[in-house]
Amino acid sequence: MAKMLIKGNEAIVKGALLAGCEAYFGYPITPASEIAEAASVYFPEVGGTFLQAESEVGAINMVYGAAGAGQRVMTASSSPGISLKQEGVSYIAGSELPAVIVDIMRGGPGLGNIAPEQSDYNQVVKGGGHGNYKTIALAPNSAQEMCDLTMLAFELADKYRNPVYVVADGFIGQMMEPVEFPKPNRNIPEKPWAVKGTAETSDNLISSIELDPDDLEEHNRKMQRKYQEMRESEVRYQAYHCDDAEIILIGFGIVSRVIQSAVDELRAQGVKVGMLRPITLFPFPSDVIRQYTDQVSKFWVMELNNGQMVDDVRLAVENRVPVKFHGRMGGNVVGTDEIIEKVLEEESA
Amino acid sequence: MSGNILEKPQSFYSEYTRKPGADTLTTHYCPGCGHGVLHKLIAEALDDFGVREKAIFVSPVGCSVFGYYYFHTGNVQAAHGRASAVATALKRANPDSIVISYQGDGDLAGIGGNNILQAANRGENFTTFFVNNAIYGMTGGQMAPTTLIGQTTTTTPRGRTHENEGYPLRVAELLATLEAPVYLERVLIGDPKYTMKARKAVRKAIKAQIEGKGFSMVEALSACPLGWKMDPVDAKNWVQDVLVKYFPLGVTRDNISEVEGYVPGENGNGRKPLSDRELVKKIDIPSDETTTTYPLPEAEDRYKHSEIKIAGFGGQGVLSLGVGLSQMGMLQQYHVSWLPSYGPEMRGGTAHCHVKLSHNPIGAPLIEKPTILVPMNKPSLYKFEDSVVEGGDIFYNSSLIDTPPKRSDVNVYPVDATEIADGLGNTKAANMVMLGAIIAKTGLLDKEAVITEMKQIIKKEKYVELNQNAVQAGFDALQSVSG
Repeated sequence: MAKMLIKGNEAIVKGALLAGCEAYFGYPITPASEIAEAASVYFPEVGGTFLQAESEVGAINMVYGAAGAGQRVMTASSSPGISLKQEGVSYIAGSELPAVIVDIMRGGPGLGNIAPEQSDYNQVVKGGGHGNYKTIALAPNSAQEMCDLTMLAFELADKYRNPVYVVADGFIGQMMEPVEFPKPNRNIPEKPWAVKGTAETSDNLISSIELDPDDLEEHNRKMQRKYQEMRESEVRYQAYHCDDAEIILIGFGIVSRVIQSAVDELRAQGVKVGMLRPITLFPFPSDVIRQYTDQVSKFWVMELNNGQMVDDVRLAVENRVPVKFHGRMGGNVVGTDEIIEKVLEEESA
Repeated sequence: MSGNILEKPQSFYSEYTRKPGADTLTTHYCPGCGHGVLHKLIAEALDDFGVREKAIFVSPVGCSVFGYYYFHTGNVQAAHGRASAVATALKRANPDSIVISYQGDGDLAGIGGNNILQAANRGENFTTFFVNNAIYGMTGGQMAPTTLIGQTTTTTPRGRTHENEGYPLRVAELLATLEAPVYLERVLIGDPKYTMKARKAVRKAIKAQIEGKGFSMVEALSACPLGWKMDPVDAKNWVQDVLVKYFPLGVTRDNISEVEGYVPGENGNGRKPLSDRELVKKIDIPSDETTTTYPLPEAEDRYKHSEIKIAGFGGQGVLSLGVGLSQMGMLQQYHVSWLPSYGPEMRGGTAHCHVKLSHNPIGAPLIEKPTILVPMNKPSLYKFEDSVVEGGDIFYNSSLIDTPPKRSDVNVYPVDATEIADGLGNTKAANMVMLGAIIAKTGLLDKEAVITEMKQIIKKEKYVELNQNAVQAGFDALQSVSG
C-alpha cells in the first residue's frame, strides 16, 4: 500500500483499527493525547466505541469491562497516567483478560515534564501493579512500528489472555515518518469465556478473586507457566552490525535510533561496534545478549532514565563481560556525538 | 411474577457450588443483613422480565463481592469502587445485555464516588443497586461516607464528627442534581411493608433499563448487625427508626415516562462488520491509486542527506513547513523524518522542528548540527546559528530579521518571506515562500511536483492556490539571487 506521512501516535490508532480493535477508553495527557484524539475520529467511524473516561482509573476499568465482554479494546496514556492505571492492569492480568495499553513515556517523577523519558521501564516491564504478574511490553522505535507492534499487541493479548503494553517515548509518539500500513488483520479468536449477556455465556465469570491459598497459588503457577511460554516464544529484537562487533550498544525506542546513527559513524571510523535493540522488553532477549558475551569486550546500555533496563542486561550477562551504562533524564535525549564520545573515551582510557 | 414464592428464582443458581465449604444452599451473608433480600428481589425481577440470560451482574469489593456465588447470570467482579466504569463498558460492548451493577456504600460513595457520578451523568443505560448500611461491613466495621454523625465504628471510636469526617453523603439526592438519570429512589430493606416498596423500585429500575431509558439507581438502606454490633432485630429497628431520618425514603428522580427509550437494534445500531476495503477507506489510509510518487530529484551530493532545522514563533507555520518538506520528500522518494518541539511550547511560544531528507534510512531523527537552518525570527537565528555545519545553508526570514547571520563559513540566503506572503494577501503563507526559496537554491525537491501535490499538505481547499503561489514566489525570489 501507499506510504503515508504520519505521527507515531496516530499510526497506533490506525494499527489498532486494522487489528480489529472495537473500543477505546482514554483520558487526555501530553504527549499521548493525539492517540485519544485520533481514536475519537476513527472509532465511531467504523462502528466502534470511543469514550473519554472520567479518569485514568475509570478508563482502565472500562478496558477491563470491555475485555471481559470479549472485545478487542485499548487505552493509552503517559507515565503519570500509567501509574494511576496500575491497579486496573493488575486486575486485567489476574482475571486473564486480553487488553492493549499504550504508554507514551514522559519525564518524571511526579509531574515531571512532557519531554521524552524511558523511566517507566520498571513499572511497565516488571508488572507495576500488585501481584505476581507480567505484561508483554513491545517497544517500537519508528512510526511504522507504532502501527505494526500495536497490531501485534492485539494478537499477543488474545493469544495469552494477558495485557500487552506498547511502550514508546514522547519522541516516537510525536515524530512523523512514512508508514506503509499493512492489510487489516482481524482474526479475532473465539472467546468462549467472555461475558456477553447471552445464554451461552451466562455461566461465565470474570474475576481475579481466589480465597483459598492453594487455589490462588495454583492460579499464580499457571500464570507463571504462561510467562515462561512467552519467554520461549515471543522474544523479539533487532541486531544491527552485531556479527563482528567487539562492543555492543543496547538501547530501545528513540535511543536505538540515535545509537544506530552512532554505530554508522563509529564503523566509518573503523570501530567495530554494533547495536542490539530489544523490541520485546518483556520477554527480554536475555539469551541473545548472553550469547554475545563470548564475542564482545563490553556492552554499553543507553537509556533515558537512571538505569532500569541495564539491570536486565546485567542479569543476562552474568558478569562475563563489563556492562557500562549511560543515561539521560529530564527529557534530555542522548545525542549521536555524545554516544560516540562515550564509547571512544572508554576505549582510549 | 414468580408462581411460587417459596421457589428459588431461576436467576439464582439452584446450588451455590462456587461458594467454598460444605454449605452450598445458603448465602454467606450474616443473619439480619439486607443483601440477601435485595439479591432475591433482583433475581425475581430478572426472572419475571425474562432477561436472566441477558443479564450481567457486576459485583464490587465489599460483602457482595461474592454475588457470583448466587446469580445465575454472566458475572464480572470489579475492582473496588469501579463497578460503574466496568458496567459502562460491558453495556456498551453489548447494548442488548442487561447490566446490573451492585455496590456498597464504601465502594460507591467512597472510593468510587467519581465513577458513579460520571456514569450517572453520562446516562449509561445500566441499573445500579446501592446498599447503604452506613458502614464498611467486609473489612470489619470501619466508617463509611454514609456513617451517621456520632456513630461509632472501628475508625471513629469516639463517634463520627462533622469537624473531622464531614457529614454523611446522601447519594440519591446527589445524583438527582444531574440531568441524565431517569430513575433514582431510596428504599429500605426491613419490615415487609418497606421491602414490598423496595421490590417495586427494583422492578421499575430494571424495567427502565430493558426499555433503554438510561441510568437508574435504587439506594437500599440496609442493616449490618455485625458491623454495628447489634442483634438482627435491633439492627432492623435502627434502620427503620434512626438511619431513615437522615436518609429519607422516596423517589428523587423519575423521568421514565418522559424519556424516549432506546432499544438497540431497532434504530439501526446493529454493528455490521466492515469489509477490509471499507475499513481501510474509513480510516483514511491512502491507496496506491490515489497516490502519485515522483523520482528522486537530482541535487548536489551534499543534499543526499539533509538535516534541516526550522524555528520561529508559534503560529508562523514552522511545524507545517517541516511537515511540508517531509511530505514532499516522501513523495519524491527520500527517506524522511519530522520531529517537533511539542507541548505548551507550541502555544504562543517558540517552536522548532527537525526534518531529515536522506537517500538512506534515517537513524536518529534529532538534529544536533543542521545542514540547513531556517530561522523565521530573530531569537531562532541567535539560538541555532552556531550549530550549523561548516558549508551548510541558512535561509533566514529577512522580513523579521534585520541583523544577518554572522557566520562566514556557511551559505546565507535572506528571504523576504513575510513581506512576499503579505503581498500575496496572507502573512501565514510565509512558510511556503520559504519552501520555494529552499528549493530554488538546493534543488532538494522538484518544484513543479510540490505545486502539483500542494493539497497533500494544505488540507483546506481554499488555501491551496495561495500556497502554490507562495512556493512559486519564494522560488522566483531566490532563483535570481546568486550565491
